[in-house]
Amino acid sequence: MTSTNPAAVRIDSLEARIDYYPTHEIAGFRLRPGKPFPFGATLVPGGVNFSVFSSHAFSCTLVLFEKGADEPLAEIPFPDSFRIGHVWSMMVFDLNCETIEYGYRIDGPFDTTVGHRFNKEKILLDPYAKAVGGRDIWGTPPNWDNQFPYRGRLVFEDFDWEDDRPLEIPIEDLIIYEMHVRSFTRHASSDAKHPGTFAALKDKIPYISELGVNCVELMPVYEFDEFENSRRHPDSGEMLYNYWGYSTVNFFAPKAGYAATGRLGMQVDELKTLVKELHKNNIEVILDVVFNHTAEGDERGPTFSFRGIDNKTYYMLTPEGYYYNFSGCGNTLNCNNPIVRSIVLDCLRYWASEYHIDGFRFDLAAILGRDPWGAPLSNPPLLESLAFDPVLGKCKLIAEAWDAGGLYQVGSFPAFGRWAEWNGKYRDDLRCFLKGDAGKVGALAQRIQGSPDLYGWNGRGPTASINFITCHDGFTLYDMFAYNEKHNHANGENNNDGGNDNDSWNCGWEGETDNFWINDLRKRLIKNAWAILMVSHGVPMVLMGDEMGRTQNGNNNTYCQDNGLNWLDWGLAGKNADLLRFAKYMIAFRLAHPALRSRYHLSNHDYMGSGYADISWHGEKAWCADWSAESRMLAFMLCGKHAKSGTACDEYIYVAMNSHWDTKFIELPVLASDCGSWHVAVNSGMQSPEDIFEPGSEPVLGDQQHFLIPAYTVVVLVAR
Amino acid sequence: MAFDAQLAMTNSVAKITLIGSLDASSAPRFKEVIEEAAVQSPTKLVLIMNNLDFLASAGLRVLIFAKQKMGAAVDIYVVGSQGPVLGTLEMSGFHHSVYIQETYVDA
Repeated sequence: MTSTNPAAVRIDSLEARIDYYPTHEIAGFRLRPGKPFPFGATLVPGGVNFSVFSSHAFSCTLVLFEKGADEPLAEIPFPDSFRIGHVWSMMVFDLNCETIEYGYRIDGPFDTTVGHRFNKEKILLDPYAKAVGGRDIWGTPPNWDNQFPYRGRLVFEDFDWEDDRPLEIPIEDLIIYEMHVRSFTRHASSDAKHPGTFAALKDKIPYISELGVNCVELMPVYEFDEFENSRRHPDSGEMLYNYWGYSTVNFFAPKAGYAATGRLGMQVDELKTLVKELHKNNIEVILDVVFNHTAEGDERGPTFSFRGIDNKTYYMLTPEGYYYNFSGCGNTLNCNNPIVRSIVLDCLRYWASEYHIDGFRFDLAAILGRDPWGAPLSNPPLLESLAFDPVLGKCKLIAEAWDAGGLYQVGSFPAFGRWAEWNGKYRDDLRCFLKGDAGKVGALAQRIQGSPDLYGWNGRGPTASINFITCHDGFTLYDMFAYNEKHNHANGENNNDGGNDNDSWNCGWEGETDNFWINDLRKRLIKNAWAILMVSHGVPMVLMGDEMGRTQNGNNNTYCQDNGLNWLDWGLAGKNADLLRFAKYMIAFRLAHPALRSRYHLSNHDYMGSGYADISWHGEKAWCADWSAESRMLAFMLCGKHAKSGTACDEYIYVAMNSHWDTKFIELPVLASDCGSWHVAVNSGMQSPEDIFEPGSEPVLGDQQHFLIPAYTVVVLVAR
Repeated sequence: MAFDAQLAMTNSVAKITLIGSLDASSAPRFKEVIEEAAVQSPTKLVLIMNNLDFLASAGLRVLIFAKQKMGAAVDIYVVGSQGPVLGTLEMSGFHHSVYIQETYVDA
């Protein structure tokens, strides 16, 4: 067919060109020298470009397998002429991309005293593999004798995204829901067609939407091995897994075992479909990424990828060649080595562009700021590179600003104007205040304002603070008020694992009880936590299931439990319908009020001429907050005319938080006549449905001058 | 069941009836039929899947290839897909790119 379009003629002639043609033949495979970049296996016309880096290897061999086969289909040594610098690259033609798995044999020195651990007997997983075979179905015991347990697979990038792209919701408007893909739908009560998978999570999007959160933070979905360090509980015999997945096998590949279609090799499509559907429902996706260590562990661990490719480059090593262990997991990725920095950047760019991921939460991120010998850097190049990377320019970057080596950087994490932090001090101070500790109102005031004491000094706003009271580490919110002590015996470590600094309160009885008053108090404290979290400046994050009273039976470290300790029991949504309703309306309240979602810190002054400061502090007497050491009650008022630094208009909001065991008779601030009258949005001291009202339907307060606030109660009023 | 793909052209409608398992070994045959259909410039592509009992990644890739090859102006109808095949189409997101129907009546 002849085209009349001159551009089409040019394209036709281009199509006739042959850029990639075989020049060599080895073991029956037609080859040519490859392109060093990009690293990994890349589909090119007629073949696949394989490229791998190793700065200390002598030689490299591409090993091809038929999918699932025990023995290789072929081994193709890279001719020496195919190496440029430290990169071996080769194009192999006529491969069936659907049926091939690949790895590398790499030969080099084995001298542990200088950090080299090459072993050409091993077949190694490509660090840049975009999909990994070998653990296709969750919980299927592997063949432990398999010489190639984690297998690189080729991935087509033909997913139809239509017009989707990352949502770019302003970070101050986010409400983050931290969740575990498998736990969310694995319980029988979820009624999921494919429990514990990306597909099942997709089917639950209506629930997430109705709850009102607009961002899910997925605990690790990179390929990990649930059988890593798996064992049986010494007493119960129950299987204990690497369940949470904080131990990466490969940084570019989604976990096949989380995909209902993983056994069909469609985990990439399934995860992309989930992201696309979440975006359609205006829900962002943040990935919890673990760049501080890998699943290879220390010198006693397996060699399946990085260690055998270039140990000295990928890991931080002591002068004697042992592994630094700032992660608490055996090894530490050498993140500020330029090569490792590149793989981290390449990886995140890949997830942002290929999976449309909206942001990343970096596990033990303080490690990313250490130099190759472990010392903290004042200007860590990796953190800077991530902050200024063009592809990641709109991604949320969130640090868990501490590590297992004792580096604690909450408030001082090198932010480069971009990074937010899990605010551990928010968690600690809120927990103490909620359970009635004295001397916490001063800290509470800081946390409610977005922690200006932590972030204001270097020009960071409240959005630097990811506010949370619970996360996957530690007690659930229900357990916070049901247990004084951790109960981790099910983990098989004699209750020695998990933190002891829980700042929890069992309300008078350890664990479950039929006592009405204790259960009532527990629910009230849960509601108080939701209320304060949702009226705090900063970015709130809640833990999956806390909206319906999920319990882990007092276990504060359920990293190994593939059972009801982690699985969300959807029956709780009915059993604790009042909690769910409270959480839902509290989220709606936050989203309805721009005064709660500022990018900038409050000034405690009236710069709008409204007659009221943007935030004012109150106690039992209006305008007289009790900051004394024994105080357990604090109230504040937000002036609606200062909402979003005066650029938005909102109602006045008054919040009283009483963590004292006594009822308090509090005086309300008098409002100017144009501010309207006080309406009751929240009174956690009341039973449902009087505990909270849907925004817009709040009843007017009978006594506009005073309020009787019960013990352990949060009250929120709005003026209109 | 062995794979088979039969093409019938009627009034510019390309109807392909798929039978058996569409996996890595059978996908090339399906691709040939798609290309055969494409050269006849159909206005509509109808894929009859009542008797398709398995769809692997390789099969999905050819379906995506069909969408690309035919172009945006050609609507693709997936007819009679059931059970795991329909589930796979939905979990992989391909159902957004086509019309899923239970039955199809020739025009």
